[in-house]
Amino acid sequence: MKPRRMLWWLLFMVGMAGMNALVLGQPGQGEFLPMSQVPASEQLPAARLLIAAYAFVWIAMLAYVLTIWQRLGKVEREIDELSSQLAKRQP
Amino acid sequence: MISFWRIVWLILRKDLAVELRTRELLYTTMFFALSCVLIFAVAFVREGKALTDAAAGILWIAIAFAGTLALGRSFERERYNDTLRALMLAPAVRPAIYVAKLAGILVLLAATELLTVPLVALLFSEPLFDRPLLLMALLLLGTVGFACVGTLFAAMLARARSRDVLLPLLLYPVTIPVMIAGVRGTSALLDAEPNIGMAQFWIVLLLFFDVVFITLSLWTFEPLMTE
Amino acid sequence: MRKLFLPIVVALMAIYPASLVLIARARYESTMGLVQKIFYFHMPPAMLMLWSAIFCGVVSGLFLIRKRLIWDHLAVAAAELTVLYGLIAMVTGPLWARKAWGVWWTWDPRLTMSLLMWMIFVSYLLLRKYGGPGSEKLAAGLAVFGMANAPFVYISVNVWRTMHPKTTVVPTLPVDFATALWVSFGGFLLLYIALLAARVRLEEQRAALDRLFMEIE
Repeated sequence: MKPRRMLWWLLFMVGMAGMNALVLGQPGQGEFLPMSQVPASEQLPAARLLIAAYAFVWIAMLAYVLTIWQRLGKVEREIDELSSQLAKRQP
Repeated sequence: MISFWRIVWLILRKDLAVELRTRELLYTTMFFALSCVLIFAVAFVREGKALTDAAAGILWIAIAFAGTLALGRSFERERYNDTLRALMLAPAVRPAIYVAKLAGILVLLAATELLTVPLVALLFSEPLFDRPLLLMALLLLGTVGFACVGTLFAAMLARARSRDVLLPLLLYPVTIPVMIAGVRGTSALLDAEPNIGMAQFWIVLLLFFDVVFITLSLWTFEPLMTE
Repeated sequence: MRKLFLPIVVALMAIYPASLVLIARARYESTMGLVQKIFYFHMPPAMLMLWSAIFCGVVSGLFLIRKRLIWDHLAVAAAELTVLYGLIAMVTGPLWARKAWGVWWTWDPRLTMSLLMWMIFVSYLLLRKYGGPGSEKLAAGLAVFGMANAPFVYISVNVWRTMHPKTTVVPTLPVDFATALWVSFGGFLLLYIALLAARVRLEEQRAALDRLFMEIE
């Protein structure tokens, strides 16, 4: 696998791991308690979920645009190569 | 001009004749369904007793897996002998070829279900035969729904690369709604007090799916199979 | 298409901060509070996934009938965007559900059918990539079935009792919610069109490359 692609995969996995860690790192609770009595560290952080959702939208869009860019670049390079080959053949 | 149903019958008879000579597809599919049921039975047994609601799901999974295998093998046989191209070249109406292939698969799956359904009833001690008509309606409509999409996809993949893995990959997401309806309908029949209304609802839904899928399959078979 | 690209990008750059401001200004929803604001970037991608699936199916049908390559280009672009937008919807959804319903996922009809439709289009892309020559037509056939699935996904919340909010909620939204939603929707729609145009250009370049290969031989 090319090093650049590996880097992307690594980034992706780090991002997923980070997101999971943020949201899942909350300890569970033993018995029923009304929300106001649960200590603040155990209440689901809505802000974090919101930011995670928002960040994911951004990252997904950017990643897709990037893949289009890369693929387009590759194809256009090949087109240039072939065109020059074709031009050389015609005397 | 030969009639549509005569063509269907001719092709079906040919397939059945070929199959009856070796019975390869029949025995292997039936045994595969048997193994499926056993694997799932073992997986879902706790302290010697199977999970209560597992029977309906296991039955339909076995049908889906065995059906996929049968479809793949059936068209592999056609591809190997290059008879598919011969069929396409013959002056036969394309939809007739599709219907004939579908009928062949249905016969195969019917034989498989004749084995699998009593087996599941036995292994899970489920009263599957209390409402035989409703059960048969569910099985018939569900199998037709699965098989009609399966026949189309198997035929169109017959000459594609990686066809063995692509067939289940393409088939399952499209046919899972049919499977869901089948499983829910069957388990409605297997409840402590059988919920006839629910079973009938799922039967009607299956009918709806079947109509949509068969229509789509008939429309797309011709353009997909032309080369 | 190419001429529209710049205006679309400019429009997006205007919509983006506008939608953020509108989302921040919209009132808090009474039962769910802050996390409900995920709605503004969960619902548009989800709706667009459905429309994209239908678009892909229609264009695939046209490809099967007319056999012009432009339909195939549009089909593969639409399929990729269906997968992308579907992924966004199905990640933002559980993030919202974790707080609103207490679980990441349930197997209720709307979620199940959406996941299945997403998987149909993932298998479309797999078929095109690994199916060998001739897989464009086969994939087109698959997309037609995927399109048939889409109406079921939409009506599933209205027909069955599920945890997911019904479609009838949208017309009854209060003004500040509705404005934020529709501006956000506009942004995602413009983004969809821009990405579609870019992806179709990639396909056209690939076709040009194939033609060059033919000439060289």
